[in-house]
Amino acid sequence: MTATAILTPSEGAALAIHGAPGHGEGGPASKFVVVSYGFWIFLLSDIVMFAGFFAAHAVLQNAIDGGPAGSALFHRNTVALETACLLLSSFACGLSWAGASARRMAWTQSALFVTGLLGAGFLALEAREFAEMIGAGAGPQRSAFLSSFFALVGCHGAHVSVGLLWLATMMAQLRIKGFRAQIQRRLLCFNLFWHMLDIVWVAIFTLVYLLGGAR
Amino acid sequence: MFGKLTWAAIPWDQPIPLFAGAFVVVAALAVLLWIGVKGYFPYLWNEWITSVDHKRIGVMYVLLGLVMLLRGFVDAVMMRTQQAVAYQAPGYLPPHHYDQIFSAHGTIMIFFAAMPIVIGLMNFVVPLQLGARDVAFPTLNSTGFWLTASGALLVNISLVVGEFAQTGWLPYPPLSELPYSPGVGVDYYLWALLISGVGTLMTGINFVTTILKIRAPGMSYMRMSMFCWTALASNMLIVAAFPILTATLIMIVLDRYLGFHFFTNDGGGNMAMFVNLIWAWGHPEVYILVLPAFGVFSEVISTFSGKPLFGYRSMVIATLGICIISFVVWLHHFFTMGAGGDVNAVFGIATSIIAVVTGVKIYNWLFTMYGGRIRYNTPMLWSLGFLVTFVVGGMTGVLLAVPPADFALHNSLFVIAHFHNVIIGGVLFAAFAGVTFWFPKAFGFRLHEGWGVAVFWFTTIGFYVTFFPLYVAGLLGMTRRLQHFDVAAWRPWVLIASAGVAISALGMICQIVQLVVSIRRRAELLDPTGDPWNGRSLEWATASPPPVFNFAFLPQVNDQEPYWAIKQRAIETQHLAAVGEYLPIEMPRNSATGFLTSFFATLTGFGLIWHIWWMVIAGLVAAYAGFVWFAWRDEDEYEIPASEVQRLDGERRRAREEWLAREGNLGGVA
Repeated sequence: MTATAILTPSEGAALAIHGAPGHGEGGPASKFVVVSYGFWIFLLSDIVMFAGFFAAHAVLQNAIDGGPAGSALFHRNTVALETACLLLSSFACGLSWAGASARRMAWTQSALFVTGLLGAGFLALEAREFAEMIGAGAGPQRSAFLSSFFALVGCHGAHVSVGLLWLATMMAQLRIKGFRAQIQRRLLCFNLFWHMLDIVWVAIFTLVYLLGGAR
Repeated sequence: MFGKLTWAAIPWDQPIPLFAGAFVVVAALAVLLWIGVKGYFPYLWNEWITSVDHKRIGVMYVLLGLVMLLRGFVDAVMMRTQQAVAYQAPGYLPPHHYDQIFSAHGTIMIFFAAMPIVIGLMNFVVPLQLGARDVAFPTLNSTGFWLTASGALLVNISLVVGEFAQTGWLPYPPLSELPYSPGVGVDYYLWALLISGVGTLMTGINFVTTILKIRAPGMSYMRMSMFCWTALASNMLIVAAFPILTATLIMIVLDRYLGFHFFTNDGGGNMAMFVNLIWAWGHPEVYILVLPAFGVFSEVISTFSGKPLFGYRSMVIATLGICIISFVVWLHHFFTMGAGGDVNAVFGIATSIIAVVTGVKIYNWLFTMYGGRIRYNTPMLWSLGFLVTFVVGGMTGVLLAVPPADFALHNSLFVIAHFHNVIIGGVLFAAFAGVTFWFPKAFGFRLHEGWGVAVFWFTTIGFYVTFFPLYVAGLLGMTRRLQHFDVAAWRPWVLIASAGVAISALGMICQIVQLVVSIRRRAELLDPTGDPWNGRSLEWATASPPPVFNFAFLPQVNDQEPYWAIKQRAIETQHLAAVGEYLPIEMPRNSATGFLTSFFATLTGFGLIWHIWWMVIAGLVAAYAGFVWFAWRDEDEYEIPASEVQRLDGERRRAREEWLAREGNLGGVA
């Protein structure tokens, strides 16, 4: 086609089926690309929100107002265990994607189940840590430092909780509806989400627990 | 049972909000009754409320924005009249009420008037200009709109149930903290903005994906229309900035509800951090609004000058330049906070650099007009009004960017005059230009030209008479947000400003008259061709109003001005481009998800404001159930048969053939 023209129907239909990268040449990208791309953009925005809480923690980390500092509160063993749970959960999540790509139901479901179990383990450990701190009078009301700690780590925990709800819903859906294209896309998005939570946790582990534990 | 909510929440002793609220309730009931009697509910539900069509959602956004503009304008009238009578006198608005009015005015104008109008224009226009069938995520789009409407509803409920914030449009702590604002006003503000903020973020994600991933074949980056470029920049800013607002508002929520110490006086809280965080969102927000406005003017000036946009590439670079620099100037909102001379200098210089990049745009628009055969239709009048007004507003902005000058002018009416000068002259003028420009595309008939001109002159003169005296009053030392004042030297300027608001009110009335007159005379204002202004980009290549699928065939783009090229070719060959075989088109199904989710979000928000915890839990559970119900559906698309596509496209082609017979014989486009 030399000048500006209208696409012939057969070309249009071919595009609708196969899709294109979306870089201008070849028309709209496939739904798979569009959905995962959009989800990436969402994850970026979520990371910006975490950045806000990280910034607040950086500003307030020394504002202990006569209360306990990180070194008196953080138990390295608990945090190590939490980290292990989360990283292994992420690994299981990756296995579930491999299973979904191979369209193996038992494999996918059991990997998703392990993902959720380890995620729940992480949450239980975190809940115990929070409860101990609050019981010892080091709750979020004690000082600005603890406010920012509970908000940042709690925000991550809330993400994990929502992720578990999503995971359970999706496992039920996968069981009833099978490997549809639509559900495959959602599984991919969940994988991206779960790995993003790992990345945020690595930052929390380093900036809050390791550096803060030395303070 | 109902938390903090009792009958005392309704302001029985204050006639103004009571009567205003009663009027709104009665009017809403009357409209609902009329719809019910006429039997329009099924139409409304099927064609609008559950619609996922980007064009319908765009129209609803603009409508919401215009209604809220009216509400915000009433607040403005009350503020100006209060100051007019409050010289050495208490006036008619007690401080408690006056403070709510200026807070509500700012909140409503930015979040529920300007944002919806700008997002509405993007919704309607961007997919058409990209040559796409819809946005990337149609149901998400609908949800985003309804969440915005939910926030607007909560702000308006606060008029009669309880109170609104008295903290200004940005709730600076410690005033916004529980000890100093124990009422529900700040809570209304927080939850309304958190809910609508989620909606805005959804829009941002949706449009970045749409613009980057679903353009027509051949539509490379450097062939995108200027409006699409500015929409891309604006939505990237939404994605990068709105999460900061969400995080900041959550921090205040935690302070107020759970006794955290982010911004409190005690416990080591840091109030300066709030100011930094809120403006790290707040300054990009200014450009989220004004960049699409620049896009509207680029389209309008190029179309009505009959020329391609001058300096397209430099315009793209300037847009992205502003996009980036807008993130490194936030501190100029609080030079006086004491960050030190070095820091202030850095941010002052960065702010001045934005003026340079914006200047590039101004010159590009001037050179676009230069040598063109300019048609002075209403959209073009708004653009010319913008060029003059915005340059003045920009100049005062550069003045305020100089830290020593800012120390003298901080928090004075000079600042108020400056930002109204750029927001009204930039965003509002663009909203009116855009609405007039694209109205015929949305409804198939033009707005009445004479009344449009009247709106332009009343609004523009009203603006100048209202805000230029405020520059003077600011230089004379008058600070913002005064419920009453005692300085004689300020009085004449305050009185002139009040007269200006009366002129603006005439503009508002003309606006409504224009709409009514246009609808009544739609037969004579009809535009059968789909191209009333001799347009240049793809939205004019389809019928007015466009069919739900936008284009019968995805356009193949080979040019920066695709539709102009198509028309030139048709005139050269004396034929429209040939069509092939029509094929069925798959489109997304309507969905009630957005409406239901937002209904439950409103309940949740209301419960949180009044501490009605069962309502919060019920709202969240229902929202989750609605989400699962949506995720469970089997069919998310339906097929439009080829015969229907052919019928709709045939009508448009017949109209264009008639046009060709008329215009083609002239050997050019008149």
